[in-house]
Amino acid sequence: MLTAVPPVELPEIGAASGAASLAWLLFVLPALGALVLFVTGRRANAWGHWLGVATVLASFAIGLAIFFETLGLSPEQRTRELHLFDWMSVGSFTVDFGVRLDPLSLTFVLLITGVGSLIHIYSVGYMAPHAGGDGDDDHAEPGGDSSRRRFFAQLNLFVAAMLVLVLGNNFVLLYLGWEGVGLASYLLIGFYQDRPSAATAAKKAFLMNRVGDVGLAIAIFLLWLELGTVQYSEVFERIGEVGAPTLVAITVMLLLGACGKSGQFPLQAWLPDAMEGPTPVSALIHAATMVTAGVYLIARSGPIYNLTETGRLVVTLVGVVTLLIGAIIGCAYDDIKKVLAYSTVSQIGYMFLAVGLGPAGYALGIFHLLTHGFFKAGLFLGAGSVMHAMNDDVDMRRYGGLARHMPITFVTFGLGYLALIGFPLLSGYFSKDAIIEAAFGQEGWQGWVYGGAATLAAGLTAFYMTRLVLMTFFGEKRWQNLKSADGHDYHPHESPVTMTAPMIVLAIGSVGAGAILSGIGLTEWLAPSLGELRESEHGVLPHAVIPWLVVGISALGVLIAYLVVGRRPTPVERPERVSLPVRAARRDLYANAINETFIARPGTWLSRALVFVDNRGVDGVVNGTAALLGGSSGRLRRFQTGFVRSYALSMLGGSVLVIAAMLAVRFA
Amino acid sequence: MSFIAQAVPLEVPPIDYGAIAPLLIVLGMACISVLVEAFLPRHQRWPVQVALTLVTLVGAGLALGLYAGTGPDGITTLADAVAVDPPTLFLWGTLLALALGSVLLIADRSVEPGGAFLASAESRAAVVGVGGSRAGGVGRSAEERGYGSPDQAPTMQTEVFPFTLFALGGMMTFVAANDLLTMFIALEVLSLPLYLMCGLARRRRLLSQEAAVKYFLLGAFASAFFLYGLALIYGYAGTIRFPEIADSVVASPMSDALLLGGLALLVVGLMFKGSVGPFHTWTPDVYQGAPTPVTAFMAACTKVAAFGGILRVLHVAFGDSRWEWRGVLWAVAIASMAIGAVIGLTQTDVKRMVAYSSVAHAGFLLIGAMSITEQGVSGTLFYLLAYGFTTLAVFGVISLVRDADGEATHLSRWAGLAKRSPVLAAVMTFLLLALAGIPLTSGFTAKFAVFAAALEDGMAPLVVIALVASAVAAFFYIRVIVLMYFSEPAEDGPAVTVPGAFTTAAITLGVLITLVLGIVPTLALGWAGAGGFVG
Repeated sequence: MLTAVPPVELPEIGAASGAASLAWLLFVLPALGALVLFVTGRRANAWGHWLGVATVLASFAIGLAIFFETLGLSPEQRTRELHLFDWMSVGSFTVDFGVRLDPLSLTFVLLITGVGSLIHIYSVGYMAPHAGGDGDDDHAEPGGDSSRRRFFAQLNLFVAAMLVLVLGNNFVLLYLGWEGVGLASYLLIGFYQDRPSAATAAKKAFLMNRVGDVGLAIAIFLLWLELGTVQYSEVFERIGEVGAPTLVAITVMLLLGACGKSGQFPLQAWLPDAMEGPTPVSALIHAATMVTAGVYLIARSGPIYNLTETGRLVVTLVGVVTLLIGAIIGCAYDDIKKVLAYSTVSQIGYMFLAVGLGPAGYALGIFHLLTHGFFKAGLFLGAGSVMHAMNDDVDMRRYGGLARHMPITFVTFGLGYLALIGFPLLSGYFSKDAIIEAAFGQEGWQGWVYGGAATLAAGLTAFYMTRLVLMTFFGEKRWQNLKSADGHDYHPHESPVTMTAPMIVLAIGSVGAGAILSGIGLTEWLAPSLGELRESEHGVLPHAVIPWLVVGISALGVLIAYLVVGRRPTPVERPERVSLPVRAARRDLYANAINETFIARPGTWLSRALVFVDNRGVDGVVNGTAALLGGSSGRLRRFQTGFVRSYALSMLGGSVLVIAAMLAVRFA
Repeated sequence: MSFIAQAVPLEVPPIDYGAIAPLLIVLGMACISVLVEAFLPRHQRWPVQVALTLVTLVGAGLALGLYAGTGPDGITTLADAVAVDPPTLFLWGTLLALALGSVLLIADRSVEPGGAFLASAESRAAVVGVGGSRAGGVGRSAEERGYGSPDQAPTMQTEVFPFTLFALGGMMTFVAANDLLTMFIALEVLSLPLYLMCGLARRRRLLSQEAAVKYFLLGAFASAFFLYGLALIYGYAGTIRFPEIADSVVASPMSDALLLGGLALLVVGLMFKGSVGPFHTWTPDVYQGAPTPVTAFMAACTKVAAFGGILRVLHVAFGDSRWEWRGVLWAVAIASMAIGAVIGLTQTDVKRMVAYSSVAHAGFLLIGAMSITEQGVSGTLFYLLAYGFTTLAVFGVISLVRDADGEATHLSRWAGLAKRSPVLAAVMTFLLLALAGIPLTSGFTAKFAVFAAALEDGMAPLVVIALVASAVAAFFYIRVIVLMYFSEPAEDGPAVTVPGAFTTAAITLGVLITLVLGIVPTLALGWAGAGGFVG
C-alpha cells in the first residue's frame, strides 16, 4: 500500500537580491540571441553560431553565480522569487511574470545551460558547411551557412523557452515554456527540410504533443477554477482545499501533459521518430532536457501529488509500463539513434517511476535525470560522431570494428555506455540503483512489481546497449565492402576537436556525476523544493541485496548480448524470419498500430488532408473516406455546395433547431 | 391616432455631442467622401479619398480619446437610443483602429497595379473586351482574367472609401445601439456597403460578384430573422429598449414563448453577422470571393461589430434570463467550434481556411459572450481586439502572395514559400500561431481571458470542449506552416510582391499588436475591463 503522505513543509519565499536579481538574463540572453539570428539574416552567417554559443555560455555563467550565491544561504532561505511584471490580469485573476529560484529550478538551469553550452559548441563543428569534410554538408542546403544560422537560432530559442519553463513561478509561465520548447522541437525535428520523413516526424511530434498539451491546459484551468490562482506558492499552500476527485483529475491531466512531452506511454511513439532531427538536437532536446520536462512537472507539482495516492499510482504505472516498453523495443532496432531514443524512453520511465513514488522518489528521479542528461547526451554525441564518420548512415548492421578508427569516440561512448548500464561506481549505478531500491522499498505487490520490472529492464538495457556497442565498434568491418546510399565508400575518421571536446567533457560527467552528486548530497540540496527524501523501512527485499541483484542481472544481459551478437557474424541485411517477440518489438510493440486505431484513425482525415495538400491538391479527399470523422468532414464539406439555396436551407434548419431548443428548454 | 392630430411641438431629446462625436465624424465625412466622388476629377480622387479617410479615422480616434479621458462613465443619449459606456468606447476604439488597418490595405496600389478594386458599375462588356484581348493567348476565360492593362487603368475606383466609412459608421452605431430598432437600422447601414464592396474585385470578377450576391441574399434572409425576432420581443415586452426588456422579463404577463422565440430569432440574425456556425455558410464563399482588403475589413470589423451587439443584447436585455437560453447557446458554440475546426482541415484555399478559422473563433467568442460577468465582457472585448488585428495582418500577407493571375490562394501554391521569402513566411507563421493560441501571442492571452471568464461562470465542460477544439484547429494552422517550410516549392510558384508602404504599415500594425498583446496585455485588459454596460 502506498501510504498517505503528511504534508511537506513549504519553504518561506524570499525576494531575490544580488546575483539572483539578474535571473531574468538567464532566458533573455538566449532569446535575444535567437532574435538577432532570425532578424539579421545572411549578414550573421559568418558569426551567428558564435553568438549562439556566447549567449548560452553567458547564461551558464549567470546560472553558476546564482547557484553559488544560493549555496551560501541557509536551506530555509534558498527559495526566492523575482517578480518581473504582471503578465495578464483578468478581473480578480492575475498572472505574474516572475522567476522562482529554488534548488530544483537552479539544478535544471545548470543542466540546461551546461549541457546546452557543450552541445552548442559541438554543433559548431557538426553543422559546419564545407569545412574540409568536417561538416555535415550532406545535409546542409546550398546556402549552408544560412542553414547553420537557422539551426543556432532555433537552438537558442529552445534554450530560452526551456529556461522559462523551469524558472517560471506559476503554471501559466510553465505552459508558455512548454509550448515554446515544443515549437522549437518541431522546428528542429523538421530541420532537414528536404527529407519527407523529417516533415512527417515533426508533424507526429506536434500531433502527440497537442494531446498532452490539452491535458496540461485542462489541469491548469482546473487548478485555477478550484483555487483562483496559478502561482506555485499559493497553489501548494492551498491545494488541501481541493476535493479528492478533482485532485485526481488534476494529477491525471498533469500526467497526460507530462507523458506527451516526455514520450511516455501511451504517447511515446513520437520520440523515436524525432531522431530525424540533427544529432545535437537529439542529444540536447530529445535526451537531456526537453523530454525530461515531464519529470520536472511532476516533481514541481509534488505537493499536489503528495495528497493523492491514486494520482501517484498512475504515475508509477505509466513509468513501469514505459520503462519496459522502451527496453524491449530497444533490443530490436538496428538504427543506432532509434536504439538510443528507446533507451531514453525507457530511462525516463525510470524517472517517472521514481517521482511517482512520492517523497521517497522525487529527488531520486531528479538525480537520475541529471546523470542521464550527461551520459545520454554523450552517447548521442558519440552516435553523431559515428554517423559523421560513416556518411550519415544510421544502420548498425553496416558498421563494425570502428573502435580502432575513432578512438576518442570509442572511449567516450564506452564510458557513457558503462554509465548507462549501471557499471559499479559510474554515474548510472548510483542513480538507477537508487530508484530500483526505492521501488523494492514499496510494500506488498507494488514493491515486487515495480522492483521486478525495473530490474528486468536493467538487464534488457545491458543487453541492447552491449549489442549496440558490439555491432558498432567491434567485430568485422562490414562497411569495407559496402557503399553508402549516395554511392560513396566509407572512410571512417575521428571527428574534429569541437565535436570531441564536448564528448570528453560529457564522458567525464558520465563517469563522475553519480559519485559527485551523491557525495555532495544532491538530495539534501533539493530538499527545500522536494521535501526530505524518505527512505522506506518495509521494503520487500533487504537493501543490501538489491545492488548485487541489479549488477548480476545487468551482467547477465551483457553476457547474453555477447553470446548472441558478439560471437557470430552480423548479417548486413536485416533477417526477416525472426521470432514473434522480435517482430513485435521491431514494430514498436504495435504502438503505431494502436495509435493508428485509437488516435490516428479518427485523425485519418487529418493525415489525408495533409497528404492531400502535400500532393499538390489531388482532389481525392472527399471520395471514399471510410474513416468516421473523415467521412463526416467530407460530408460536412459537401454541404458547402456553393448554392445559395442550400446555404439558406441550412440557416433555416439551424434557426428552427435553435428556436425549438429554446422553447423546449423552457416548456419541456 | 389623436396625438398626431394635436401637433404637440416635438421635443428634441438632449444630445451629448461630445459622446457621439466619433460617430458623427465618421458618418459626416462619409457624406463628404461621396461628394468628393461626385465632383472631383478622376485622377485626383485617389489621393484625396485616402487622405480624407485616414484623417477621418484619426480624427474620430482623437475625439474618442478625448471623450474617454474626460467624459462620464456611461451615458445614454439621443433619447436613450445610443449608449456610450466603457464597452462601447472600447469597441469604437477597436473598430477605428481596425478600420485604419483595413483602409491601409484597401488604399494600396502597388501590390495590384491600380489597386484591387473595380467599379461595380463598370459594364462587363468593357471588361471582357479588355480582358479578352490579353487573355486569348493565355487560354483563360475572359471573365476570370478581366482586368485592365496597366496603361489603361492606372487609377483605382474609389467608391470603396465612402462605402468603408458608411459601413464603419453602421458598425459603430450597431455596438452602441441601446434599442432593437436602432440596432436593426445600424445592421442594415453596415451591411449594404459591405455587399457592394464584396463585388468590387478587379480580378476574378465572377467569383467576386457571386460572393456579393450570396452575401446579399443570405444577409437579407438573416435580417428578416432579426426583424421577426424584434417583433416577437416587442410583443412580449411592449418595448424595444434593452434595459426595459430586461425589466419586463420579470413582469410581463405574456407567454414566455414570445420572449424565447424572439430571442432565438434575434440571436440567429446576430450570429449570421458574426459567422457563428451553423449560420456561417456565407463566410467561406464571401471571404474567398471578395477582394482581399475587403475580406480583411469584413473579417476584422464585422466580427467586432457583431459580437459587440451580441454582448449587449445578451448582457443588458437578457442577462437575467440566462438560464433559459444558455443551454442552446452552448450547443451553438460547440457546433461552431466543431464546424470551424473540422471543416477547416479539408480546405485547400487559404482564404477559405481562414474563413473556417473565423467560424471556430466565433465559437470561442460566443463562450465569452455567454459568460454574464464582468470578466465575460472584458475577455470577449479583448478577444475581439486581439483577433481583429491578427486576422487583418493575415489577410494583408495573403494579398502579397501572387502569381500572374492575381493572388495565389490555393494552398498548394504556398508550398516552400519560406525558401523564397523567409520574412513573409516567418510573419505568417507568427500570425498562424497567434490564431492557434500559442503563448506569447495575443491569441493565447485572449483565449485565456475568455476561458477563464467561462470557468468562473460555471461552464467548465464547455471550456474543456473548447480546449480540444482549439487543439484540433491548431492542426490546420500548423499544416500551412509545415507546407511553407517543409515542402518543395512549386516550379512556377507564386512570387511574393514587395509590399507598398500602406500594406507594410497594415501588416506591421497587426503583427506588433499581436505581439504586444501577447507579452504585456495588462494595459489592454485594463481598458477592456474598465466598466460594464449602462442600463
